[in-house]
Amino acid sequence: MLSRVANSIYWLNRYIERAENVARFISANYNMTLDLPEDASDQWQPLINTTGDHELFKKLYGEATRDNAIRFLIFDRRNTNSIYSCVRAARENARSIREYISSEMWEQLNTFYLMVNAASEETVMDLPHQFSAEIMNASHAFIGITDATMNHGEGWHFGRMGRMLERADKTTRLLDVKYFILLPSVDYVGSPYDNILWGALLRSASAFEMYRKQYGRIAPRNIANFLLLDRNFPRAVHYSLAAAMKSLNEISGGQSDSYSNKAQQTLGRLLAEFQFASLEEIFDYGLHEYLDVTQTRINQVGESIYEVFFRTKLES
Amino acid sequence: MNFTGYDTEGFYDELFDADGQPRPGADLLVKRINALPDSELQRRQQAAEKALLNLGITFNVYSDDAQTEKIFPFDIVPRIIQAREWQNIEIGLKQRIRALNLFIDDVYHDQKVLKDGIVPADLVLSAEGFRKPCIGLNPPCGVWCHVTGTDLVRGGDGEYYVLEDNLRCPSGVSYVLENRQIMKRTFPLVFDACSVQPVTDYPIRLLDMLQEMAPSGVRSPVCVVWTPGIYNSAYFEHSYLAQQMGVQLVEGSDLVVHRGEVMMRTTKGLERVDVIYRRIDDDFIDPKVFRADSMLGVPGLMAAYSKGRVALANAPGSGVADDKAVYAYVPEIIKYYLQEDPIINNVPTYACWREDERKYVLENLDKLVVKAVNESGGYGMLIGPHASAAEREEFRRRIIAKPRIYIAQPTLSLSRVPVLMGDHFEGRHVDLRPYILCGDDNIYVMPGGLTRVALKKGSLVVNSSQGGGSKDTWVINSLEGPSPESPLQEQKKEQDQNQMQEDAPC
Repeated sequence: MLSRVANSIYWLNRYIERAENVARFISANYNMTLDLPEDASDQWQPLINTTGDHELFKKLYGEATRDNAIRFLIFDRRNTNSIYSCVRAARENARSIREYISSEMWEQLNTFYLMVNAASEETVMDLPHQFSAEIMNASHAFIGITDATMNHGEGWHFGRMGRMLERADKTTRLLDVKYFILLPSVDYVGSPYDNILWGALLRSASAFEMYRKQYGRIAPRNIANFLLLDRNFPRAVHYSLAAAMKSLNEISGGQSDSYSNKAQQTLGRLLAEFQFASLEEIFDYGLHEYLDVTQTRINQVGESIYEVFFRTKLES
Repeated sequence: MNFTGYDTEGFYDELFDADGQPRPGADLLVKRINALPDSELQRRQQAAEKALLNLGITFNVYSDDAQTEKIFPFDIVPRIIQAREWQNIEIGLKQRIRALNLFIDDVYHDQKVLKDGIVPADLVLSAEGFRKPCIGLNPPCGVWCHVTGTDLVRGGDGEYYVLEDNLRCPSGVSYVLENRQIMKRTFPLVFDACSVQPVTDYPIRLLDMLQEMAPSGVRSPVCVVWTPGIYNSAYFEHSYLAQQMGVQLVEGSDLVVHRGEVMMRTTKGLERVDVIYRRIDDDFIDPKVFRADSMLGVPGLMAAYSKGRVALANAPGSGVADDKAVYAYVPEIIKYYLQEDPIINNVPTYACWREDERKYVLENLDKLVVKAVNESGGYGMLIGPHASAAEREEFRRRIIAKPRIYIAQPTLSLSRVPVLMGDHFEGRHVDLRPYILCGDDNIYVMPGGLTRVALKKGSLVVNSSQGGGSKDTWVINSLEGPSPESPLQEQKKEQDQNQMQEDAPC
């Protein structure tokens, strides 16, 4: 397939996944702050920090409040990672490969964009949770339509690889939201408040029920284990990286125990890390630090994919 | 909602005759619409618009900050053309494109038509679309213009005339195909009963034609559609055609000439391309040969093309016959190459480079339409009767300064169709653009084509950039509509009748 087309389908999936996850961030943070006592409830700066766009935010708005944080994350066109910008970029990518994807995929993306474009700020500010749910639904519908209407060939694998890498990155950031939330005092750690926060986090990753089935009690370590290292939960980092690897192997046509290009090598190493990691080591290293390093390594995978598949090769 | 009170106002109406009676074949549709409950037609119109919006069949309104996208306005009352009438148009269009292809081939080879003085040589050689680097080139099968979208109009006399030959990259065929989809959903029963001639096989025919053009020896040719990119106003069409044909849509940056072959860059390296349906102007295809500043082009493409390593549709240089000055000579061109009289006439045309005709034009600016020969899309045009004195004066100056680039035509009283305007119908002027595919030994004319409507009251300009819209065009086999009592039964009868008529010797 054309490199340009592969690039577009990869990015369009990343952008949709990104939009979905920004919605998850908002919903996670919103739920947590609602449950916190009055004096600790207005915590929106931590959320902005998690997204990695805090510098731009500071330049545009200064201090974070509920309203400007939500506006920045959902509507702001100057923020290339706002939900609006992501969905628009996804649609622009889709538009440039309309003939390649199925009409149903295009129609879903287009309707998705029209929905976000038509959303009134007032209503969304009033009910951010409901809007987030709509975003997640639209994203799920897109994934389902893609699975059901497009050949599971090279292009589909580029799409899934993009989506899974993005999801791996965003799940690490979602875990970080909890890290950044400041409790009124250390005494709160391990208290019912803390459990409520962890519960809200799981719900935002659509992980609450699956987690309960597996572990029952809310325990921070188990939650980290579930969201990072689980092999079967589809939003877990390990699961996402393994799925991305499967697609990459399909695209590259190599063996699963070796590599034929730089992208396979980088992603393979990262995946191996997750295959053989232990929770104890992660906590010894520091959960936040571990998440940080993982994010950097996922970025490196992205760069090597660009080098191997998308960069314009003048001679070959 | 019905046609009561609809007034043809003395114009030739495509749906009703001068007495306000439905024309043959239009009965069924008129009766069906008249029988619809109140506001049902508006509801269907809105549903159709919503469908177009969701499909993303839109164009950008650039002046608007909010980046609004608008659908290409669409009216759900179809235009109806009798099959018998259509037959004549089809023969006429085939005749015209055969002659034009012979003309282009001659211009780039022996130039007999110029030597015999049929068309003035300086006029052709100075035409905007003439490409010197194309002299001596031999496109596959001698066909230069593979895809044509001829603009036809019907005058107050009920006759069709050719208004323009669009031989470069005519657009709009995707609207025909999408409009047809929408109409099948909107009026399934009437559609069925009218036995409308199909248009949906166009992409298949286009692909067949492209494959035929492949360099000899290529077994399964790789065809692509070449678009200037997503910011082109016809981008939707480029991607739509590629999708419907199941071929790659490429941009200039996807293509590269490597060891004399045109290749595309893929995730697995370079892959050879055999046929390019290019939707980009001659000027931009190869910076080494045409405009050096083209960022969209593929350096070395013309070299590969001239060696027959890749085929291009339409052939570079075809635009020479698309010049409005050359247009004035098409009737002579047809006689010269085919020894036949034109079946569809030109609109009478005054050439401002001929002294006597220029004199007439300058004296009658208030009655004429003046067009610059190198402009299209409704730009560079004066509609005398609708223009102000100052505008006419401006054109007088321009014509005197550069007579070579102006032609003038009488203001035609274009035919009209009823268009849904709020809660009633109003008449609006239309033209018709059928699409023609010219292959090795067969020519296909799409039955119907794009009916473009000037939506502004009284306007004669149908271009989408100037407030135009579109309608589906039905070429129908039925002669008379049945009575309205029981539509379903009547439809069956109607179809039986058709069969008998088709079997009968003409």
